[in-house]
Amino acid sequence: MLHRLTISELTARLARREVSARDAMQACLDQVARADGAIKAFISHNPADALTQADAADKSIAAGADFAQQPLLGVPMALKDVLAVKDHPLNCCSKILGNFVSPYDATVVEKLKTAGAVIFGRLNMDEFAMGSSTENSAFQTTRNPWDTSRIPGGSSGGSAAAVAADECIASLGSDTGGSIRQPAALCGVVGMKPTYGRVSRYGLVAFASSLDQIGPFTKNVRDAATLLEVISGHDPRDATSIPQPVPRYTQALTGDIRGLRIGLPKEFMVGGLDPEVKRAVDAAVTHLQSLGATVQEVSLPHTDHDVAVYYIIATAEASANLARFDGVRYGARVDGVDPLEMYGNTRGAGFGAEVKRRIILGTYVLSSGYYDAYYLRAQKVRTLIRQDYLRAFEQVDAIVTPTTPTPAFKLGEKSGDPLQMYLSDIFTIGCNLAGIPGLSLPCGFANASQPSALKSQPRLPIGLQLLGKPFGEETLLRLAHAYEQSTPWHKEHAL
Amino acid sequence: MRSEVGRLKVEWLKGEGALFNPSHLAVRPTLNLELSTLNFSFRPVSAPEFNIKYVAHLARLKLSPEEETQLGAQLGNILGYIEKLKEVDVTGVEPTAHAFPMVNVFRADETRPGLSNEDALRNAPKKTNGLFVVPKVVE
Repeated sequence: MLHRLTISELTARLARREVSARDAMQACLDQVARADGAIKAFISHNPADALTQADAADKSIAAGADFAQQPLLGVPMALKDVLAVKDHPLNCCSKILGNFVSPYDATVVEKLKTAGAVIFGRLNMDEFAMGSSTENSAFQTTRNPWDTSRIPGGSSGGSAAAVAADECIASLGSDTGGSIRQPAALCGVVGMKPTYGRVSRYGLVAFASSLDQIGPFTKNVRDAATLLEVISGHDPRDATSIPQPVPRYTQALTGDIRGLRIGLPKEFMVGGLDPEVKRAVDAAVTHLQSLGATVQEVSLPHTDHDVAVYYIIATAEASANLARFDGVRYGARVDGVDPLEMYGNTRGAGFGAEVKRRIILGTYVLSSGYYDAYYLRAQKVRTLIRQDYLRAFEQVDAIVTPTTPTPAFKLGEKSGDPLQMYLSDIFTIGCNLAGIPGLSLPCGFANASQPSALKSQPRLPIGLQLLGKPFGEETLLRLAHAYEQSTPWHKEHAL
Repeated sequence: MRSEVGRLKVEWLKGEGALFNPSHLAVRPTLNLELSTLNFSFRPVSAPEFNIKYVAHLARLKLSPEEETQLGAQLGNILGYIEKLKEVDVTGVEPTAHAFPMVNVFRADETRPGLSNEDALRNAPKKTNGLFVVPKVVE
């Protein structure tokens, strides 16, 4: 049962030499073998290499390694297929990367390795992180571990599902408009998007460079703090990373949230919300109050424009970032009589429908005659959205919202209608546009009240989203931890 | 003109297990995100404004005729939706390119190790003599 442990539980046992890193790795490999035929979170993994890494961790432990220095020593982790791990495949779950093998480690991967983690697999995602259900993967469709007829969320659906199914102890994903928080909510795990610039993106395949951040998926808040502490920090190789000292995030978990001020944006807690989501979030707010937080209404008046601004800015940036996939230097190539024809053929055959849709939209909003009307205007409205958040944070320490308007939807339910899919991100996008940190943690289940004898539908996790001030990760983690430790949700396992 | 998104909303309201069942609507007289997100009129963007062939050429993306038709229709919908940004008064507002603008991020002008030629060419679809090979550019 070692695969069911958290980072802190596993490392405590490793430190006491009660278990070996090899045993823990084997337990995760066994769970992948047992569960992943149905869940399909892993694109690839290498058991032999995983066990070799675990043996190396055991040697370090035997030689007296210090877990304070290496807080992930012997911890089996898998990563979203968008992060470069030297000599591992990298596909962004797209056909266009062909048989690409990373020539170097992403900065976060270097940091994980230095901290002792065992990195053993590639996790499924929407192609180039574009999607909200992981159905846009060119490889396979990941299932929600709580109900395999439903989506795990996206774009980091594999990362969320693998942690929820206890196939790995923790994972990393990337979040451009909710791609960590939304699947974390739908799969019942903790997911965090740090402040823009908190974590280096060197070695993350770029989608929308003014929005992307890397963040952790974990089974509880303490593990999120541990992992965030490992991956954060300034990196000269990412000019957008910010030279700000990294706090000891685990020390923020005091359990004491008395006097913290929580804001409820009136624009979020209104119609259109699934009634069970609303009930769970209302109850969570009441619970936070009972723990000593104060609650007040705040206003984010431009919320209504988040989705439109996002789908202009994100697609514009994506159209530029994805120009590099042209069949010249790496990946698959479909030949043509001249380079121009080769680019078109390669990209036409290599990209999937959603990626093409976004490249076309992004190219259009940047094209001559439309730039001012769409892209520049969106950037200006983005300023207003960001100002709304900063103004709200003059009154409160954190903002609380549902992470998603509904629990996990059915496979195929929205895949035919891109706009409907985009609208499922309404609660998570503002965080990326404003550049602030956000965290989702479990706050209950839909279908929970059905008597078990009449239980026709499985229970589906509901996520609570906490948004914080720029570099306010400690406050978010403190709030989330206090809530989690006084509620039962994180103790439940999907499998 | 009845918008595509407007029609979408009606379908959601009618649909079995509909996401936006009217009985779910709160009665609080605040800005209703769902309604305000979906309930607006716009002018569908038509062919002369949105030339899918031209934009696909700019994007170096070869599309099949079926893809052109489908993407053209879907993008018309999405563009109609984002037209709503024209409602916002942005007079005197500066654009945000990055949430935390960092200017003049320099590093020391020193040589550093980089990828070897072999590593750089490792994933090349076609290479020879330490170079990438591409189709002939000039006759």
